Amino acid sequence: MNTPTLLLDGLPVPFSAGQTIMEAATAAGVFIPHLCHHPDFKPQGSCKLCTVKANGRYVSACTMPAKDGMEVENDSPDLNDKRRTLLQMLFVEGNHFCPSCEKSGDCLLQALAYELEMLTAHFAQFYPDRPVDASHPDVLLDFNRCILCELCVRASRDVDRKNVFALSGRGIGKHLIVNAESGRLADTGFSLADKAAHVCPVGVILAKRQGFLQPIGQRRYDRQPIAMQFASLPGSGGNGPEA
Amino acid sequence: MNPPAGQRRLRLATTSLAGCFGCHMSLLDIDERLFDLLDRVDIDRSPLTDTKHCGPCDIGLIEGGICNAENIHVLREFRQQCKVLIAIGACAINGGLPAQRNHLDLGQCLQEVYLTGPGIIGGRIPDDPELPLPLNQVHPIHEIVRIDYFVPGCPPSGDAIWKFLTDLLDGRTPRLGHPLLHFD
Ligand code: SF4
Ligand code: SF4
Ligand code: FES
Repeated sequence: MNTPTLLLDGLPVPFSAGQTIMEAATAAGVFIPHLCHHPDFKPQGSCKLCTVKANGRYVSACTMPAKDGMEVENDSPDLNDKRRTLLQMLFVEGNHFCPSCEKSGDCLLQALAYELEMLTAHFAQFYPDRPVDASHPDVLLDFNRCILCELCVRASRDVDRKNVFALSGRGIGKHLIVNAESGRLADTGFSLADKAAHVCPVGVILAKRQGFLQPIGQRRYDRQPIAMQFASLPGSGGNGPEA
Repeated sequence: MNPPAGQRRLRLATTSLAGCFGCHMSLLDIDERLFDLLDRVDIDRSPLTDTKHCGPCDIGLIEGGICNAENIHVLREFRQQCKVLIAIGACAINGGLPAQRNHLDLGQCLQEVYLTGPGIIGGRIPDDPELPLPLNQVHPIHEIVRIDYFVPGCPPSGDAIWKFLTDLLDGRTPRLGHPLLHFD
């Protein structure tokens, strides 16, 4: 039997049974924009950045199983326009002042904004008031930048077995909470050694005393745009090559 | 780089609203290319000319967001007079550093800065009628008037500004790829 193959923007991409479109693309060195997807965790399909058109229908590449002969549209003006709009909504919903953010240059949200040439957040800014939690000795939580991807939730629950984080509320009121009666990170069993301390794609969960260590010009996405990093290191994992 | 045959000289105006003049410093950072620019454009209202009001212009560059009533008047004047209006830098595009006060109460800010802060004796909140009234929040300029182009960066580099301006002057769609497009 022939290896099952899908067509990704016209390029034949072989895959093995059970792989998602995202996994097949990543193994082939093709970048599909994504925020809530990470190769180490079960996909949950919530951010919709990875939306592609499979056989004419909009689907999430991170959850949709690849099928033999499937025609997938990924890098097209239509899809990239929609993805840019999603990014713009994420930017105005929080407070993303990149010049003062320790994650800048190494941030997945910012790297996607560059990739999709987002020059303005377009919508009116919300400027929400979200106090930071600096209670923990080793880790700062800056909720201003949370994009609700639940990677920390999944890491703390499924890998660390500590259940430190959860999302609470609905719709525009949805927000990240810390599992302690006081609501403070210091009052949980959280530690810098936890997997959850290292999965946040943006600048929320930050190790203290390590900010701005890498000079501007040498940070991960200063060196090369994110899509090119995927192309040069096929199979390197779905969240970008590690620095 | 004279204007191509048959093309007239263009008029350019610039201003800094709630910004730090960093974007204007970056404009000066195009260094000797300033001569090339001045071969093709005349500068109207700008901190560089000290002209106080804007005449009819082809291009307006706005640095900084909106933090007081005067900013809004200046921005509207630019929109009225300029065919193409460009937001340059983080503050014009999303409020930037000045917008970091947005979750604070303005009255309390003024009190702390002018009356109760450390080392202040006999302070007074400035109330000269000539001073523009501050707004309760700082906002980006596209929330007030229509903006045609955005050049992000804090500040955008001289090279980014040069790439943008030359694209625009030569009639190409302005485009900042890697590494000129950055938010910090
Ligand atoms: S989290 Fe990313 S996009 Fe948000 S302020 Fe930090 S660098 Fe910018
Ligand atoms: S803190 Fe980071 S990892 Fe957790 S939900 Fe927010 S953005 Fe995602
Ligand atoms: S929905 Fe697929 S990466 Fe978020």
